[in-house]
Amino acid sequence: MLKVENLHAKVEGKDILKGLNLEVNPGEVHAIMGPNGSGKSTLGHVLAGRPGYEVTDGSVQFEGKDLLDMETEERAHAGIFLAFQYPVEIPGVSNMEFLKASVDATRESQGLEPLDTVSFMKLARDASKAVDLDASFLKRGVNEGFSGGEKKRNELLQMMLLEPRLCIMDETDSGLDIDALQVVANGINAMRGEQRSFVLVTHYQRLLNFIEPDYVHVLSGGRIVRSGDKSLALELEEKGYGWIEDVA
Amino acid sequence: MSDFIQGLLVESEAPAWLAERRDAAAARWRESSKPTRKTEAWKYTSLLPLERDFSAPTAADMATPALPDFGGEQLLFVDGQLQGDLSSLALPDGVSLVRFADANEAQAQQIAARLGSVVDSDKHLFANLNDANLSDGLFLHVEANARLEAPLHLVYQTSDREPAFSVSQRLLVVLEDNAEASLVEHFQGTSPAAFTNGITELVLGAGSRLRHRRLQLESAGAMHIGGVHARLERDSQLDSFHLALGSELKRIDIVVEHAGSGAHCDLNGIYLLRGSEHVDYHTCIEHAVPHCTTDEVFRGIMGDSSSAVFNGRIHIHPDAQKTRAELSNKNLLTSTDAEINTKPELEIYADDVQCAHGATVAQLDEGMLHYLRTRGVERAEAEVMLSYGFINELVDALDNEALREYLHPLLAERLTRDTRLTRHLA
Repeated sequence: MLKVENLHAKVEGKDILKGLNLEVNPGEVHAIMGPNGSGKSTLGHVLAGRPGYEVTDGSVQFEGKDLLDMETEERAHAGIFLAFQYPVEIPGVSNMEFLKASVDATRESQGLEPLDTVSFMKLARDASKAVDLDASFLKRGVNEGFSGGEKKRNELLQMMLLEPRLCIMDETDSGLDIDALQVVANGINAMRGEQRSFVLVTHYQRLLNFIEPDYVHVLSGGRIVRSGDKSLALELEEKGYGWIEDVA
Repeated sequence: MSDFIQGLLVESEAPAWLAERRDAAAARWRESSKPTRKTEAWKYTSLLPLERDFSAPTAADMATPALPDFGGEQLLFVDGQLQGDLSSLALPDGVSLVRFADANEAQAQQIAARLGSVVDSDKHLFANLNDANLSDGLFLHVEANARLEAPLHLVYQTSDREPAFSVSQRLLVVLEDNAEASLVEHFQGTSPAAFTNGITELVLGAGSRLRHRRLQLESAGAMHIGGVHARLERDSQLDSFHLALGSELKRIDIVVEHAGSGAHCDLNGIYLLRGSEHVDYHTCIEHAVPHCTTDEVFRGIMGDSSSAVFNGRIHIHPDAQKTRAELSNKNLLTSTDAEINTKPELEIYADDVQCAHGATVAQLDEGMLHYLRTRGVERAEAEVMLSYGFINELVDALDNEALREYLHPLLAERLTRDTRLTRHLA
């Protein structure tokens, strides 16, 4: 599904990713762990096409297509979803307007008719219930004045409505209390399936208590320096990142 | 080219008790001269479109326009002529609405005592013109402790007739102590032959509260030069919202005087321009006494080759200690040919005050744009959504749902004529 080879990327003139390789197959859950500044978030942003993140070498194939050649919205249409670590607030545009625009754009790219308003409202209300977000949040400005946990649940809500193929979760667990973490983890687990893959970017092992990954990778200095199964996460939890940096 | 001064004076009948005021103003008007680009207050606004002979409007012949319902009583003027009858309005006890021309002796005295008490016609040329053309007006009076909760909706429509005509509208609102009222002034019309000069005076007695909305929805050729002049007595609160769609020529002066301690003013506004339209807002907040507060936010979007002016002055007099005043003006240019002249002016003569002001000319936020695109929304639609959000933030703060829902599609339609890009808004 996703094949990242020798990826090099710069942000504000600084080399962040320095030869990253990653292959994700349908249905797999990969956790990417690493110390602060190792390039974890950069990977998500590069895959989502954020302006200012310059790829200087390497390639990314998504379902056989050159991802780096696609516009940000085309990547979304192709099925890539990045759950932001810091979701953006857009005052004056209601969450409902935003969600409908997103879903319609995605459906249109698949050759489907836009949903009628009534069907969409029902879908959105059901999804907000599933992520434990009161329906009143649909009427508010996008993420406007939401708490950290509410923003993360709103990301999950969008993910449920857009039904992406590849979900990249950037530090989705940061800033969540244990109850909110449980809700988000349940939402992610409910979306797992044979055709949908996840890349969980996280600093802590905590999230992986709730979502069991198939693979764990350790990112350090812009490269994946170790890969293993879920036991690697526990090892990291025990020994800290200093150990990995020594190995690297 | 006709004479600017003579061309704007129209012949009209006035009740005897108004005639003196009118004649004195007309004499002053005849002695005044047309502002030029060298006149500071008119530096960026050309009065060339007014170089015509305007006549007084005669009875208009047009179908009644479809009007939104904001939940209160409604009154329609077409080309300055009241349609229907004031006596049919159901207003709460203690609230009265009379036309100057119909005022009985007691009412005439009340009007005469207050009319012109807030607006300084020497300083404001077009307020003087309004006086000079004064033949009628509306007087809204709210007795002490009385409440007008459902917004009174005054619609001023201009028709599509020729030749050029000038409509003079005058509104005097007096809230006695602890009174409350809600008011929507709503101007619309498209004719290039129509010039409206609408002057509103708001007198807020001690502890009174006024919710005031002024919608300048004239578009295309319709012109308006007018103003809102308010005086706030002790502990009164004015919440005033303004919206101007661009047109051939539009200039609104808003002057608020804090005359009693503890007064508060929320002043918010939006201007939306396209084509070669022009809008000019001049606001001036006079903090004359201590312990008053002002929150002022104006936002504008200029497209195509339109031009806008925002001049926001806050004047803190020497006695006005413990003033808190904040002014923000943000502008979005969606075309390289569009223009904004923004000038916040803070004049502070007291030392114990808290004041902030800022004016920006901004681009769309790249972070917001990217966020929308990562959700599949195409760039063009994302840009329109963000422009909409930029101004709609102020509309969404309005407490009247019917008004918000009326304004949403107007805002969206103004941003682009491509309905595909606005279909998810409003």
